[in-house]
Amino acid sequence: MAQKPMLEVKDLWVEVEGREVLKGVSLTIPVGETHILFGRNGSGKTSLLMTIMGFPQYQVRHGKIIFKGEDVTNLPPYERARRGIGIMFQRPPSIKGVKLRELLELCAKENGYRIQELAQEFGFEKFLDREVNLGFSGGELKKSELLQLLIQNPDLALIDEPESGVDVENIEVIGRMIRRLLEKETHRPRKKSGLIITHTGFILQYVPADRGYVMLDGKIYCQGNPQEIFEGIQKHGYEECLKCLKRMETQLNV
Amino acid sequence: MSEKNGNPVERLNLEEFIPAKKVTPPKSLDELSPEEIERLREVGIDIKAEDKLGLFVQADCGVVSCSCVPKGIELLPITEALKKYDWLRENYFWKAVPPDKDEFTKITAEDLDNGYFIRVMPGEKVIYPLQTCLYIRTDKVAQRVHNIVIVEEGAELHIITGCTTNPHVTSGLHIGVSEFYVKKNARFSYTMIHEWGENVHVRPRTGIWVEEGGVMISNYISLDKVGSVQSYPTCRLKGKGAVGQFTSIIAAPEGAHLDLGSRVVLEAPETRAEIISRTVCYGGEVIARGHLIGKAQEIKAHLECQGLMLTDKGYILAIPELEAHVANVDMSHEAAVGKIAREEIEYLMARGLDEEEATSLVVRGFLNVRIEGLPEELQAKIDKTIEEARKGM
Repeated sequence: MAQKPMLEVKDLWVEVEGREVLKGVSLTIPVGETHILFGRNGSGKTSLLMTIMGFPQYQVRHGKIIFKGEDVTNLPPYERARRGIGIMFQRPPSIKGVKLRELLELCAKENGYRIQELAQEFGFEKFLDREVNLGFSGGELKKSELLQLLIQNPDLALIDEPESGVDVENIEVIGRMIRRLLEKETHRPRKKSGLIITHTGFILQYVPADRGYVMLDGKIYCQGNPQEIFEGIQKHGYEECLKCLKRMETQLNV
Repeated sequence: MSEKNGNPVERLNLEEFIPAKKVTPPKSLDELSPEEIERLREVGIDIKAEDKLGLFVQADCGVVSCSCVPKGIELLPITEALKKYDWLRENYFWKAVPPDKDEFTKITAEDLDNGYFIRVMPGEKVIYPLQTCLYIRTDKVAQRVHNIVIVEEGAELHIITGCTTNPHVTSGLHIGVSEFYVKKNARFSYTMIHEWGENVHVRPRTGIWVEEGGVMISNYISLDKVGSVQSYPTCRLKGKGAVGQFTSIIAAPEGAHLDLGSRVVLEAPETRAEIISRTVCYGGEVIARGHLIGKAQEIKAHLECQGLMLTDKGYILAIPELEAHVANVDMSHEAAVGKIAREEIEYLMARGLDEEEATSLVVRGFLNVRIEGLPEELQAKIDKTIEEARKGM
């Protein structure tokens, strides 16, 4: 029997405050695969991640989100989190008066013993007793997010622009954290899946991906080898991409 | 001073209460039931603790425990201390708080139940906190207490004081006059934890004098149900470089009428003061006051007043006041009242916390104020007490 995919998004139409942000998005992420979302600012990439996580302001008008065979379209975020979906925010809020360690303890499915160990491994232990995200730099925010995800240990990780605002030195650490999160060091059968938004594509140097998508205006127009898509975008920009897709679209519509 | 019209805190009929002296107090701690002992534990008073250094417990009008281990500290019921020391009445009794201040100080001056006298000798440093407890044991009792603490030159003292009622008490009145004298280069921290009952009314009247280089740290914590509290300690920084730091951590459930604040008068050059209040309102009425008065050169004072409204019931009225009398002062305040940020709740929900758990964590963080200059043990104890009290919220 074929294994159920980790995630199936079926013809998803989504509104935020009356504005359409997703216009019929479909994609399938098999177990163990990492997929990449490319696209300009405002193309709907973050909206797609937020909708998969279930934030209430992203109102699903049509379509379904199936996680491990279960329809989760109407579940609140914490139910989705408990079922194994995790998200790394691009701009997480800070929580005053709450230590990162405290939050990590609440995130931990297993015993808390891995908290110290993981924090140490990624050079973040001195932040455990700081207030969550308060006064963190760009790189520190990403590490804080990824540490939370590593402790939460989701089966599907949604990662929003892991390299934005991070200096070169820290990109390598962040890459390692994502590799760990998505079990890239593990031989197949790999159990973790990921959906990553990237602007610069840097993260592809650290995290091998299986599939890429280009989003434009709330729709996925193109999918294929992520490296090839990225190289195409780098060479020709999204303008050329758009032209190419236009040609494809006519074919697709047949 | 600003007022809020119609706050029931202003109206209290003294006739409705029974003077504590008309009730027979327990003779010793052994008479307290396990339920009562648990109640005291909730406000940080552990009468069974092996490592306690000093313990004063007054139930209604009677002092049931008054013992102190370390040398260099004297702990006495105030009535005895007044008999023993003439200088006490002469130099300290009703000096920092005027007896004719209001109706509550007046009736306490007329007929006192009891209270504690604590004096730390010069240079003595007592790091582990002394425990004092004022306890209303009988229904409808009015308790009149007068406390005096003197921390002599170069000495250090930490007190944790828990105030509570018997779980079966439905109403009562507690009047607590406190006069604190912090001498030159002395250091005194006073942490008061209130856990009164629903119809208990509380009128602390506190006056504090701090001399040159002295440090006064005052923490007030009230997270539980209470009828009304009206408290406005006034601290005079009388000597050069004296420091006053006042922190209030308050939760106001429905039915609570709280009129709370602190006033610091910076009378000497280079004195510093900070007033911090954090209020969570879930149905109660809260007036959060703060008044800083700068009267000398090179003083620095800051007031921070933050409120969180959790429901549409009740109110928070923040009244921060800055008063400068000379040119060379540095005084500031910030006040903010708002709701919990939706963004924070959703962030935590994405980590698997349901809405209630997420709200609770954010509120706990909001109330989690780090108080500078406290010994570790005391901070740990305060954290534990807040945690304990929060369970009931």
